[in-house]
Amino acid sequence: MHLDPKTINDDTLTETGLAATSVADVSGRVLLLACGALAREILALTRLNGWSHLDLACLPAKLHNEPQKIPDAVRAKVRDARARGYTKVYVVYADCGTGGLLDKVCAEEGVERIEGPHCYSFFDGNEAFAERSEAGEITSFYLTDFLARQFDTLIWAGLGLNRHLDMPQMVFGNYEKIIYLAQTDDPILEAKARAAANRLGLAFEIRTTGYGDLAGFLATAAKE
Amino acid sequence: MANQDDEIILSELDDDELVLQMHDDLYDGLREEIEESVNILLGRDWAPYDVLTKALVEGMRIVGIDFRDGILFVPEVLLSANAMKAGMFILRPLLIATGAPRLGKMVIGTVKGDIHDIGKNLVSMMMEGAGFEVINLGINNSVEKYLDALESEKPDILGMSALLTTTMPYMKVVIDALKEKGIRDDYVVMVGGAPLNEEFGKAIGADAYCRDAAVAVETAKEFMFRKNNILAAGG
Repeated sequence: MHLDPKTINDDTLTETGLAATSVADVSGRVLLLACGALAREILALTRLNGWSHLDLACLPAKLHNEPQKIPDAVRAKVRDARARGYTKVYVVYADCGTGGLLDKVCAEEGVERIEGPHCYSFFDGNEAFAERSEAGEITSFYLTDFLARQFDTLIWAGLGLNRHLDMPQMVFGNYEKIIYLAQTDDPILEAKARAAANRLGLAFEIRTTGYGDLAGFLATAAKE
Repeated sequence: MANQDDEIILSELDDDELVLQMHDDLYDGLREEIEESVNILLGRDWAPYDVLTKALVEGMRIVGIDFRDGILFVPEVLLSANAMKAGMFILRPLLIATGAPRLGKMVIGTVKGDIHDIGKNLVSMMMEGAGFEVINLGINNSVEKYLDALESEKPDILGMSALLTTTMPYMKVVIDALKEKGIRDDYVVMVGGAPLNEEFGKAIGADAYCRDAAVAVETAKEFMFRKNNILAAGG
């Protein structure tokens, strides 16, 4: 895979995803099937580690707001990949609000997915995130690097907050804080995340996570 | 008050026209217009129950149909429900005072560890609009809180909501607690929330999984109809 993460477009990742980048003969290659919101992080890790035999295909990140569509969309892509000749496919989606239905699809299609209820959890580290939830971190809304960049599209417009003055309060009234889970050290992204918190009238916290459990999962995929 | 687009003066509309205008205003989520219209009808000696059923409930039924058909989405329905809630605020004390009939009583809350309540509030408002008495427990409810509410309110229906895959299993904790206490069959248990599905509802022992607020209302009515039939038959 030779894509430079800096050249891919967030709007495209949100609306249409990313076609698998690979040569015609995929024998010996591994396909990562991911949410568009993870494209840059996956590409960064594969470049960093020299995992040139890993290919990436992404579904549109907007499915974040329509998780009921994720299982069938993943199934279709897995079957496409198999038809193209990939014998090894890894799903880089957490449960993502599918209520276990994505796990059912993965089991039926014989593919493994990254552990965790959602990407906030695996970026933070699933174990650490679970401990924080148990300790009461339930009134926080999370942003990742991608969501900080795409806040207007996926959150403000995506959740309908722009449709009426009362909508932000109706949707976010029970939240107290935005926690920006930073995969990279980028002051511009931090400023965007902070601005999002201000817009919602919430407190702000930044937590530098790096790639969390994603790195380990991709390392496993790369070993195969 | 005039609707700025069409310059409608609500007080100048006759009863039938006003009711139809209220359906439109509910659809558009126009809270102040609904409040004004409710007061106009009450001022014309309409029974509070008729204002509820002919204007608000009927208006929300239309909203519910378009929501189910994918014409309206959650933000619009929330705004409609908010407008209806404003009308209900005026009517509620009058309905109690006039002894208006109730379809049933529901206790509803989001489960422990979960603070999401949009869907739950929508269900709450639409159930109330449909003629149910609703006790809304809010968010982050432990099993103890549910049990206390069931004990004090003696509802017909227990409704539970969750928006997270990690919190929805708590619904089974609550249902199992009802079984342990021997009171499971005293209540209809309805569950809902984005990550839920029919299979999950059955697996945890709920009576019904409802995919949206409109379905919740129809399901609740169906259960109350069956319950009343059983009671009437001496069961």
